[in-house]
Amino acid sequence: MKLPRFSRKTLCIPYAVFLLFFVVVPMLVILFYAFTDDAMHFSFENFIKFFSDPTKLSTIVYSLVIALVTTVVALLIAYPVAYILARSHIKKKYVVLMLFVLPMWINFVLRVNALRELFDLLSQPQGMDWLASANYFKTIFGMVYDFLPFMILPLYTTMMKIDNSLYEASADLGGGAFTTFTRVTLPLSMPGIMSGVTMVFLPSMTNYVVSDMLGNAKVTIIGKFIYTYFGNDWHMGSMIALILLIVVFLSTWLTGGFKADENVRGTNL
Amino acid sequence: MSEHIIELQHVTKAYGDNVVIEDVSFYVNKGEFITFLGPSGCGKTTTLRMIAGFDLPTSGKILLNGQDISLLPPNKRPVNTVFQRYALFPHFNVFENIAYGLRCKKISNTYENDKGERYTKREKLSKKEIAEKVKKALEIVDLEGFEKRSISTLSGGQQQRVAIARAIVNEPEILLLDEPLGALDLKMRKEMQIELKEMHKRLGITFIYVTHDQEEALTMSDTIVVMADGVVQQIGTPKGIYDEPANTFVADFIGESNIMSGTVTGDKKVKFCGKTFDCLDEFEKNELVDVVVRPEDIRMCTPEEGKLTGKVLSVVFKGIHYEITVQVGKYELVVQSTESRKEGEKIGLNIPPDGIHLMKPKYTTNVFDGVITKRNTVEFADGEFECDVTQLYPGSYVDEEDYLVLPSGEKLDLTGEEVNVEVGLNDISISDDAEAGGTTGHIISIIYKGDHYRLIVRTDESEEDFVFSTGDLWNENDYVSVIIPKDKIKLTLKNKEVKK
Repeated sequence: MKLPRFSRKTLCIPYAVFLLFFVVVPMLVILFYAFTDDAMHFSFENFIKFFSDPTKLSTIVYSLVIALVTTVVALLIAYPVAYILARSHIKKKYVVLMLFVLPMWINFVLRVNALRELFDLLSQPQGMDWLASANYFKTIFGMVYDFLPFMILPLYTTMMKIDNSLYEASADLGGGAFTTFTRVTLPLSMPGIMSGVTMVFLPSMTNYVVSDMLGNAKVTIIGKFIYTYFGNDWHMGSMIALILLIVVFLSTWLTGGFKADENVRGTNL
Repeated sequence: MSEHIIELQHVTKAYGDNVVIEDVSFYVNKGEFITFLGPSGCGKTTTLRMIAGFDLPTSGKILLNGQDISLLPPNKRPVNTVFQRYALFPHFNVFENIAYGLRCKKISNTYENDKGERYTKREKLSKKEIAEKVKKALEIVDLEGFEKRSISTLSGGQQQRVAIARAIVNEPEILLLDEPLGALDLKMRKEMQIELKEMHKRLGITFIYVTHDQEEALTMSDTIVVMADGVVQQIGTPKGIYDEPANTFVADFIGESNIMSGTVTGDKKVKFCGKTFDCLDEFEKNELVDVVVRPEDIRMCTPEEGKLTGKVLSVVFKGIHYEITVQVGKYELVVQSTESRKEGEKIGLNIPPDGIHLMKPKYTTNVFDGVITKRNTVEFADGEFECDVTQLYPGSYVDEEDYLVLPSGEKLDLTGEEVNVEVGLNDISISDDAEAGGTTGHIISIIYKGDHYRLIVRTDESEEDFVFSTGDLWNENDYVSVIIPKDKIKLTLKNKEVKK
């Protein structure tokens, strides 16, 4: 018998197996559960129930709004930081950048917990009573705090790649600071914005640890929702997961995330 | 009314302690094609960037049409730049790149209202005006119909043209070009040289051009500013600079030259290569001078007719002429001629008086600031050298405890004493063994002087220069150590009073 020839393709087998059992099969299982009832008969019942239940619909809208606000706030904070860092000539640039990324090295749950303690400390003894009930504010604050590095890094990497002579060319041709920003800096940093937005928007829709710990269990986002349903109703849980998948797919598609030539997804710091 | 469109007055630019431009002053006439020429790192690009406004001078003034613009930002200056690597906007197509400047611009339009009153408005250019101007600019650079093309689909030469179009479409008073042809191949470069020159004639605006290519500078310019080490070496017409170089650096950098050391023996007479020649430059008798002779100014003849006689070492065909190296005594002279000679042949050479250029030698001795260490050595130029400290006081000697003992019996501790260090041009040697000498540095300049080389070694940290002569051939940028014999280091005290 001839031994199969070892080729580079052989190296793909472990990953292909992994892909099959942990991505493809679970997806099919979710698809199966989403469109069956307790008796395992095919049904559209869950689909109809989801879109006729105002709580479920409002949860998905809330999730979207929270994710959106988180993303916008993170972008507004990260953009100037990345811009200043990328264009400054300071020698220890990496140290400053590291300060922003450093929190990622500390356990995520610990960080959120610490933030909650801090909020408690501020709201009761310091007389900032409004904080106690500002659940959405605290949730978004926590999410921005957590996901900020994921916004800064891709922005910084993209901006580092913009040749300084382009800014000079813009000024040379008569462009003031505003023109240079809107016509050169912003369009050229767009790939970084897109990848930062994707990396913040998607997790902030599903990461219910933050909303649970900081929102006094008053803030329910779609991730929490799926988690709860999988306690007793796998069929509804699967349906919500499927709908989330479609929402994610649509938002990625709309931001141009499927273009293969955009090599800036993720960072190469 | 001054015709000086740009004038630099005592401009200095320093980054921290590093002075890149030192007290540069010159002016540019309106409509001129002026070139800043020099080796890399000579400050030519920095000078250009200060005119463009990207760098601000540390001191001194830049005047545009008599107005001080030294501190004006680039977008407020009526100059445009063609960048070395083009700096085209990658996210715009050709049209948008060229239209960029036009879209930033506002012009005054005068209107008349119903009552016949005139009023002016600051307005942006209309779409139609922009489209027309872009089209015209593309015509000038021979890229008609390229409007919709994206930058990444263009060749280097085409990008170059777009960069030029993007600058000239704004009708600047001055066009700055920073080594614009550096990235093109030779043939393309030659074509663009001619085209740029024609463009200059057609547009009638002032061109300021930066290059390290002497041939490019000679071909294109009305005026050349030769720079080295942040200092202007010579300003003049291409012919003027070629025929009458101000110093050996210019002579060596521009064109080929034979550079020799000579002595003035009388009124318009100079002795070099063992013979006395008539020349046109007047120097004082017995003065040491550098003699520069262009290879094409040396005439070959029979050995009997020649003032100098020598043996042909090599003959190289260069297309339109032969380059013939002739050994004259211990000197090697390079001759250019349309006639060939055989290798090994004995020939005579004559040099007409107008072919001999005398110039003051730049260096006669090396001078440094030094400090005496406790081991009675001297520290200067990033290194430590053994020296004879007894020369500071006649009749003194050093005792076992390293004290200097004066004839009167007084003991001196010279540690930390500041001294002037002088080393002659022939007293320095170098080695590629970094440990062999007192300090190390890189060779920054090599000038062949007929029978020896004049080298300059610059130390890395404090950038002190050692100038000396050697018969050995080295390469520029070689990392070497500097060796100076103990008895060749001449010391003099800076302060006459030494602590006892």
